[in-house]
Amino acid sequence: MSAIRVVGMHKGFPATPVLRGVDLAVGVGSLTAILGPSGSGKTTLLRVIAGLERADRGRVDLGAEVVDDGRRFVRPERRRVGYVPQEAALFPHLTAAQNVGFGLSGAERGGPRVEGLLQMVGLAGLGPRFPHQLSGGQQQRVALARALAIEPRLLLLDEPFSGLDPTLRAVVRDEVRGILSQTGIATLLVTHDQEEALSLADQVAVLRAGRVAQAGPPEQLYSDPIDLEMARFLGEANLVEGTVEGRLARTGLGVLTVRPPGPGSLALAGSALVLVRPEQIAIGSPGGEGALGWVLRSEFHGHDSVIEVTRTGPTLPEVVRVRVQGSVHFPPGSVVRLSASGEARAWPTPSPGERLPGEAPPRAVRRAPGPIDPS
Amino acid sequence: MATVASALSPAAPVPARRRIPRALLAASLLVAALLLLPLAFLALQARGVGWPELSQLLFRRLTLNLLWNVVRLGVVVTALAAVIGTGAAWCVERSDLPGRRVLALLLILPLAIPDFVVAFGWVSVLPGVSGFGGAVLVMTAGLYPLVYLPVAASLRGADPSQEETARTLGLSSLGAFRRVTLRQARPTILAGCLLVSLALLAEYGAFEILGYQTFTTEIFTEFQVGFNAPAACALSLVVVLIGLLVLSGEGALRDRGRVARSGNRRGSSSARVRLGAWRWPALALLLAVIGVALGMPLGVITYWLLRGGGSTLPQGASVASAAGITLLYSGAAAAVATVLAIPVALLAVRNPRPGIRLLERSTYIVQGLPGLVIALGLVFFALHYLPFLYQTSGLLVAAYAILFFPLAHVAVRASVLHAPPALEEVGRSLGGSPLMVRWRVTLPLIAPGLAAAFCLVFLSAVTELTATLILVPTGVQTLATQFWAYTGNVSYGAAAPYAAAMVVISIVPGLLLGRRLDRRPASAEAAP
Repeated sequence: MSAIRVVGMHKGFPATPVLRGVDLAVGVGSLTAILGPSGSGKTTLLRVIAGLERADRGRVDLGAEVVDDGRRFVRPERRRVGYVPQEAALFPHLTAAQNVGFGLSGAERGGPRVEGLLQMVGLAGLGPRFPHQLSGGQQQRVALARALAIEPRLLLLDEPFSGLDPTLRAVVRDEVRGILSQTGIATLLVTHDQEEALSLADQVAVLRAGRVAQAGPPEQLYSDPIDLEMARFLGEANLVEGTVEGRLARTGLGVLTVRPPGPGSLALAGSALVLVRPEQIAIGSPGGEGALGWVLRSEFHGHDSVIEVTRTGPTLPEVVRVRVQGSVHFPPGSVVRLSASGEARAWPTPSPGERLPGEAPPRAVRRAPGPIDPS
Repeated sequence: MATVASALSPAAPVPARRRIPRALLAASLLVAALLLLPLAFLALQARGVGWPELSQLLFRRLTLNLLWNVVRLGVVVTALAAVIGTGAAWCVERSDLPGRRVLALLLILPLAIPDFVVAFGWVSVLPGVSGFGGAVLVMTAGLYPLVYLPVAASLRGADPSQEETARTLGLSSLGAFRRVTLRQARPTILAGCLLVSLALLAEYGAFEILGYQTFTTEIFTEFQVGFNAPAACALSLVVVLIGLLVLSGEGALRDRGRVARSGNRRGSSSARVRLGAWRWPALALLLAVIGVALGMPLGVITYWLLRGGGSTLPQGASVASAAGITLLYSGAAAAVATVLAIPVALLAVRNPRPGIRLLERSTYIVQGLPGLVIALGLVFFALHYLPFLYQTSGLLVAAYAILFFPLAHVAVRASVLHAPPALEEVGRSLGGSPLMVRWRVTLPLIAPGLAAAFCLVFLSAVTELTATLILVPTGVQTLATQFWAYTGNVSYGAAAPYAAAMVVISIVPGLLLGRRLDRRPASAEAAP
């Protein structure tokens, strides 16, 4: 049984449909991330599940209970769904302890339960402080403890880390994951940060055009996106022209194995666009198989580097991105050889008039990929 | 990686549009209807009189004379108040004038003294202060704080880095003041000027004492002495027209007067302008203003208190009983106005849609209506429809609540901004019923605003004279009406204790409120 199941949910506001048939299920004890750009309706989805908005159509089940199906509507205070909105939204007139105790019965409010919750989120002893005396990360944790206090059936987190600065974000994120796995409460987390979704969740659901376009474990979404748009949305993508024969794709970067298409889709043959992730490409000195190119620049990230290589040939993107270990270094202007290996996803090449989703309109003059001058 | 998200963006972000709570909407509509009631009944009354008679009453020499009196006084007093208010604000907030802190306090205190008491302060010892000159002196002294207060707040809240930038771009300190500071303060100054104009239009008591004839004195005479309702009604229509005209200017300013703040710094850190040799003349001028507006009335009240004196009038209400009645009425009015403001403020802040905005705007119309007109509207209403209400305390409290609703609304509205609906929603998800969440979350958050609203209305009601004279039940005396009865009989010694009581009652909470408002920077969030 799922902790929550959403079936065919529609929700819109006058003249603006937002959600158009969302289907989603979250397993008991799992953490699902809803990923989508801002304005895609992520927050609306959470608000409907929390009961703060009513669905126009469709159905929401919490466990075995129908909480919204057009006729039946369970009010938010009866749902036992913990909701942590953006920016924590602590009650400014109450202390941290009073915030945590808000949803508890009068007798429990001053009791050890509140202190226990504060301890769980690492804020033991900070109960008497007011929200403005707490840091952003501490406020976020109080908000989490406040939601956990009512022993929710489901926890909803709306962009919980977006208000924190990047270094703090990683720390709080790890802590929150630890706390959630401790409690085992099913959690739905909304974010527009792919890295956050991929690293944190057991399941990622991508919200696109008012629907869940694809849902599954993060690895699956990354390596097996359903379409080109998804491939470009989740992680970095090099889309390489090639020819598919059977299970092999021949590209300018070498021969790759094509993943078997999902059930229902046709086997692919002929010219295709092949998704090659930056870490699938090996980079080396000229000589041997693969494509030659010029190093344009490299971004050093510490643990790894991304090297941008240009002028690699007519079938390859103008700039190919390659991920290497942080210690590998190629100065800009040096000539390198690129080759790819492993499994990849491929799609039929779009017809000439079609543009790739998200791609800039074609430029009037395309730089001719000239021969490489090794001087 | 996050930047890739923009590639998938389907449409502009959808603002979360919340469902309008029916009960809130219904309550707000009711409040708006109540506020517009006096105006509606004035119009009905005018229709009853009929156009031929109305035109006869309107198009005569008297109307023209009154118009001339109102306009010339309005222009002169507003201009003087703008200069004095802005100059004083600049001296206190931006110059190194000695004794700035004390001056800042003394400069706003005249607000606590009703203008008819200021007029009494002058006329009772210098009967020569009268007519146009007297009106200019008294009204300027009484009303300049309406410009001083907002301009001082805006100077204090202004970002000094803009002035500093202007200096680095080659402007002198005076040039920077003129082209940056003053330019930014202009909408505030103009807004203050409009408040002065509206107050002038509504004033009755001071003009009666000074023997300066305006629409309000004439309406009052026609209605109370001549029992000529049609004439009072016709002249009221003219006043309403002028008031709405002034008010529409205010609306236009409100939309244009937004000033962006780029930094977070406050004016306190900016270097003050050195006055040098000018400091003593400047100080003398400010002290003179304070003397006229504050020193003279307070001194004269003290003088009459010490001198005492009887009255040929039959013994009226004692100071204690009149004060009790005044406190009762003012407290009731403050409570009613504050309660009325809550639904409108909640609705307007949380559902900023065109229709709702219009509803909120309609409540602003009250600002353009003098208390006299509101009182007359209610009298007409009571006489025609609910005669048992006429001459009851309820009608007077209603008039106060309508008259001072805008004050309550501004205060409550500012506090509702600090109680975002997200907090109520979290409360709901934690198991609270709607009513319980309002009680435990929203009410504590808006409580300071409710207190401020209560104080503002209370203060204004304590010193209200005109509507009180018309609506107070027979045989009941408030501080203002008893004071008025004695001064009308030239029994200044007998009148003084009532004036003193009014000033004491309104100064204490006024000081508290002033200090509270003072700490808050006048920023965009507080503006309606």
